[in-house]
Amino acid sequence: MDATVHQFPPYRKPDGHHAHDEHVHEHHDPGYWAKFIFSTDHKIIGIQYGFTALCFLLFGLFLMLMMRWQIAHPGTPVPIMGPVLEKLLGQVAAKGVISPELYNSFGAMHGTIMVFLGIVPLAFAAFGNYVVPLMIGAVDMAFPRVNMASYQAYFLGGLVMFVSFFIPGGAAQAGWTSYSPLATTIPTHGQLFWIIGMILLISSSLMGAINFIATIIQLRAPGMTWMRLPWFVWAQFVTAFLLLLAFPPLEAAAILQLMDNVAHTSFFLPTGLAVGGQLANVSGGGSPLLWQHLFWFLGHPEVYVLILPAMGIVCEIIANNTRKPIWGYKSLVYSVLTIGFLSFIVWAHHMYMTGMGTKISAFFQATTMIISIPSVIILTCFFISLWGGSIRFNTPMLFALAFLPMFGIGGLTGLPLGFNVSDVHLHDTYYIIAHFHYVVAPGTIFGLFAGIYYWFPKMTGRKMNEFWGRVHFWCSLIFMNLVFMPMFAQGMAGMLRRMSDGGANYSAAVNARSGAEVIGGLSDNIMALHVWILWAAVALGIAQIPFIVNLFWSIKHGEKVGDNPWNSTTLEWQTPTPPPHGNFIHTPTVYRGPYEYSVPGHATDFTPQNEPPAGSPVLQTATHAH
Amino acid sequence: MNNFKLWCAKLLGMPPLASSNGQDVDDLIIYVHWLMLALFIGWIIYFFYALHRFRASRNPKADYVGVRNHASSVVELAVVVVEAVLLIFIAVPLWAKAVDKFPDAKDSTVIQIVAQQFAWNARYAGPDGKFGAQDMKRVSSTNIFGVDPSDPNGADDIQVLNEIHVPVGKPVIMYVSSKDVIHSLKIIAMRVCQDAIPGLRIPCWFTPTKIGRYQINCAQLCGSGHAGMTGGFLTVESQADFDKWLNSKTKKKIQSAE
Amino acid sequence: MDIPYTVQPRPDTGVYNAKVGIWLFLASEVMLFGGLFSAYVLLRVGADPGTWPHGWQNVTLGTINTIVLALSAITTLLAWVACKVGQFGKFKFFHACTLLFALAFAIIHLNEYHEDLTHYEIHLTNGLIADGHMVENNLKEDHVIIEGRTVNDEKLLYDLRSQKIKESEIKIPRSEIASMENYGPWHNTYMALDFTMTGLHLLHVIAGSVVIGYLWLFGRKMWKTNPAQFTNRVEVSGLFWHFVDLVWIFLFPVLYLT
Ligand code: HEA
Ligand code: HEA
Ligand code: CUA
Ligand SMILES: [Cu+2]
Repeated sequence: MDATVHQFPPYRKPDGHHAHDEHVHEHHDPGYWAKFIFSTDHKIIGIQYGFTALCFLLFGLFLMLMMRWQIAHPGTPVPIMGPVLEKLLGQVAAKGVISPELYNSFGAMHGTIMVFLGIVPLAFAAFGNYVVPLMIGAVDMAFPRVNMASYQAYFLGGLVMFVSFFIPGGAAQAGWTSYSPLATTIPTHGQLFWIIGMILLISSSLMGAINFIATIIQLRAPGMTWMRLPWFVWAQFVTAFLLLLAFPPLEAAAILQLMDNVAHTSFFLPTGLAVGGQLANVSGGGSPLLWQHLFWFLGHPEVYVLILPAMGIVCEIIANNTRKPIWGYKSLVYSVLTIGFLSFIVWAHHMYMTGMGTKISAFFQATTMIISIPSVIILTCFFISLWGGSIRFNTPMLFALAFLPMFGIGGLTGLPLGFNVSDVHLHDTYYIIAHFHYVVAPGTIFGLFAGIYYWFPKMTGRKMNEFWGRVHFWCSLIFMNLVFMPMFAQGMAGMLRRMSDGGANYSAAVNARSGAEVIGGLSDNIMALHVWILWAAVALGIAQIPFIVNLFWSIKHGEKVGDNPWNSTTLEWQTPTPPPHGNFIHTPTVYRGPYEYSVPGHATDFTPQNEPPAGSPVLQTATHAH
Repeated sequence: MNNFKLWCAKLLGMPPLASSNGQDVDDLIIYVHWLMLALFIGWIIYFFYALHRFRASRNPKADYVGVRNHASSVVELAVVVVEAVLLIFIAVPLWAKAVDKFPDAKDSTVIQIVAQQFAWNARYAGPDGKFGAQDMKRVSSTNIFGVDPSDPNGADDIQVLNEIHVPVGKPVIMYVSSKDVIHSLKIIAMRVCQDAIPGLRIPCWFTPTKIGRYQINCAQLCGSGHAGMTGGFLTVESQADFDKWLNSKTKKKIQSAE
Repeated sequence: MDIPYTVQPRPDTGVYNAKVGIWLFLASEVMLFGGLFSAYVLLRVGADPGTWPHGWQNVTLGTINTIVLALSAITTLLAWVACKVGQFGKFKFFHACTLLFALAFAIIHLNEYHEDLTHYEIHLTNGLIADGHMVENNLKEDHVIIEGRTVNDEKLLYDLRSQKIKESEIKIPRSEIASMENYGPWHNTYMALDFTMTGLHLLHVIAGSVVIGYLWLFGRKMWKTNPAQFTNRVEVSGLFWHFVDLVWIFLFPVLYLT
């Protein structure tokens, strides 16, 4: 075997075009379209995914701001954007005021866009595409063309969703959960677009999931055994399985709802349905609960799809910036597998109020409690990992560290929801909105920010600006909490979600006007929080400007760095920056686990996975070769 | 003890409670929040201490092994035990009580509720305590309860819109359904919440303990009027007042029928 | 840059990439049809007693189609074996059979759809129900003609297994028709499930045929240059085809026999 294969580092900084020489036969310039739009290179596809997903996140943020205005000041025109909305959307935004219909559209689409077009494509597809093949030492994804098709389906799905805002009647209005019969009986076509968009997005995720799993199973570099995989790869592996197995039932449900919509079947419409004072002209015999079961069978695994990749990112960054191995790697692996398995049998905790019997309820309460244990173990491992470290507080690490208590708050507040009896009071209140936003916004989004700051140098060869990174971090942290913390109080006080007027009609003030004294209206203090939340949300939006500017500015002007600026051990840092087509100059060989930091007796405080063990014959040949 | 519970509920900002079964709900919420608080405070103290003690400027060289003991397993085990206790000894039995141990219909106020966009219909059996026969097949836009008009038991049944009255101190059994989309009947002060699902009729119950007029909330997105579905009120009154109310309604019905 | 294990299996996993891919894809397909089958179970169990149709499908045609698909499974297997032993001509022959079987299946199935869509249930103004195959439905004429029977109770239309049905030509003046509906997916839950599930299955048959057809038409070039990879493709598409057959094995009893 040729000795250079085992050279360490496997690649020398290309002076001139060294790196290219070996692959010269492939280097006919593919041209702009082939290179950037119809690329099959996992890195380009990852960046495409990432950029598109960030745009959708921004769009979701915009929808949210419109909603928060309406909640805080119901019935008043939205400043600045009001006339624009009216111009674009017409009657539903007459006089610049967001009508209840439009509010419902925005709410449903905020949820849909954030989940299916923002976080999943960014956390799973973008990071997974860019980082996973590099981390396992693969040349590309197992099926590059399927990979491209996956992005295109995603893009198309996003387009369908986006276009639906501008059709007569606007986008879907039945919440991101799209419960039938409401979803079927709203007379506009938004729901149809939603279903078609979802079918495209599901197909995209399925292709992605198959690709990821096959890549991780088949294309690991020599020596990259399962227990040497960086935990991020494990998280993506489990996530891919969740998408693979949980999405198809939703696809089935979407097909059934599509049939209800266009072929006038009654899968989700029971006998005797009378909408708008008229008996619905359907055969009946369907079941609204069937939709809920199929939806939440996806819905719950989906929430772990949202969190696991972020946890994986956080794990990498914590190991790197504490300069020591992650504590309890094995428990992390078993925990994530357990979560993956259990997440298929907890779905009905979203349906506690549908009249559940004791046995079924006991089962789902038990599984819900059990699934919180692996999360606790994962978080505990991260916490313990801090002990004895030498902690560097750079921007990625700040975001990763903030993830821990933020996810902690979100996760802990999931516990009272997990019990049927206590959920009676909390169901469909802002307590739930706060619960899951703590896990997905200051949780997942922070994890993703951390990942962007962390891997940016690999993608571009430059670091993002550290100062503005910190500004972005502290402002986001503060305003996120100012937005979501008050929602716990509101929810506990009984404020319901999906209220186009922010519950104004349920407020004590309105009740007082009805004459007889009414007990239990929302107090003025609770209602006043709306205004605070609105401005905190606006500030949160503004706090993203430094990030956006930083991101684009640093591509050209960021501080130039080497191939491994964070002194990291994992394989993605042992390639040229940015990695060429095919990723590695020589196939790396892996000799050890992913987090060998501060190994006693080692010259540096990091030992890359592919560094041959000291004294091995390979290393000697390599030295000879120089 | 009770004062302490009240204090906890106040601390959490829980709204006034006016039913006996609601105490269970509040208790469990409070217990779980104690667990959450303990975990949160414990971890957050550890977290900041670790960040402070092991920052790079103070601890330039990391320790390859880190924590050598298994104290964390104890914490994890403690979480498991507490969750298990809450689940097995509190949550599951309480839910069993809520759905299995229905009060006897004879000693309760029985109401049928059908939600619609965007109001609540309620039906009482009237003085004879018997509902007229019903059949889903008869459900129509004008007969949302599917009442069989030929059944004499139904002659004194009364139907009201939005204004639901119940006597205090007596269990209330509600059969909740909907005629169009899914709504959710939520009376916050009673700590009841039951989805109103078309095609299903689901029973739930509570025992009001305080006289007063309470807001009925719709807790499930049901269309553009969801936020405005605020017309429903539950009036809890003395048995005498309730009887008077019921009688006046029955009389009105019989009069209009004649 | 070449992606490894596209042709040869990876030593430690024992499979080549596409095989992993197809098995994963089939797992997701199992979940897709699993979702539909659970919908079927839930809707059937929840149906009003006595209203679930029996014997509405033509069991003879269904059996023929089952046999046709089973034969196609065999020819698919033989086509792959032919590739394995290097006989391209035999591959061509066997997959030609597969494609013909697929075509036969599709034609028979579309014919069944046609039968359903031209079968009408006509409610007459006098309360009777005429049910049968539409023979003439000319909008210019003031009557329709069906080949079928009249019944006085809709229940009689549900279970056809034990009935001896005497069909005759019935002429119905349009003025006597209260409502008229063909047996499309909108007719009832059973027809909805039938159309949706077999429709999705038929789409899979078509997709499989397209893939196999592609290999059949354009395979020669790859066979010349890379027979091992070509054989893999035949194997993978064959696995898909077997899955499609398997789904039918479940659909047939569920929709035709019970
Ligand atoms: C990423 C997303 C995510 C995650 C991870 C979770 C995690 C959990 N969720 Fe959540 N959930 C959602 C997203 C998520 N959820 C969404 C989107 C909804 C609403 C959907 C809708 O209706 O629209 C929802 C709704 C929801 C409900 C339904 C409520 C209702 O509608 O009535 C329930 C009920 O059981 C629930 C429970 C839980 C539980 C028990 C966990 C557990 O897995 C949590 C386990 C974690 C912990 C227990 C924390 C452990 C950490 C520590 C112990 C360390 C603490 C440290 C510090 C604080 C420093 N969730
Ligand atoms: C992953 C999911 C996700 C995320 C991230 C968010 C993020 C946020 N959400 Fe959302 N939300 C949902 C999922 C999510 N939400 C769902 C599922 C619902 C339920 C819908 C329903 O009822 O059906 C909901 C509902 C919901 C409501 C309740 C509406 C109602 O019930 O009436 C509110 C109210 O305040 C809200 C607010 C917010 C806020 C303030 C954020 C903030 O955290 C936003 C922060 C955003 C950012 C920080 C963006 C970062 C991105 C960039 C900076 C882009 C950079 C761009 C480029 C470089 C090009 N959300
Ligand atoms: Cu009715 Cu919401
Ligand atoms: Cu869940």
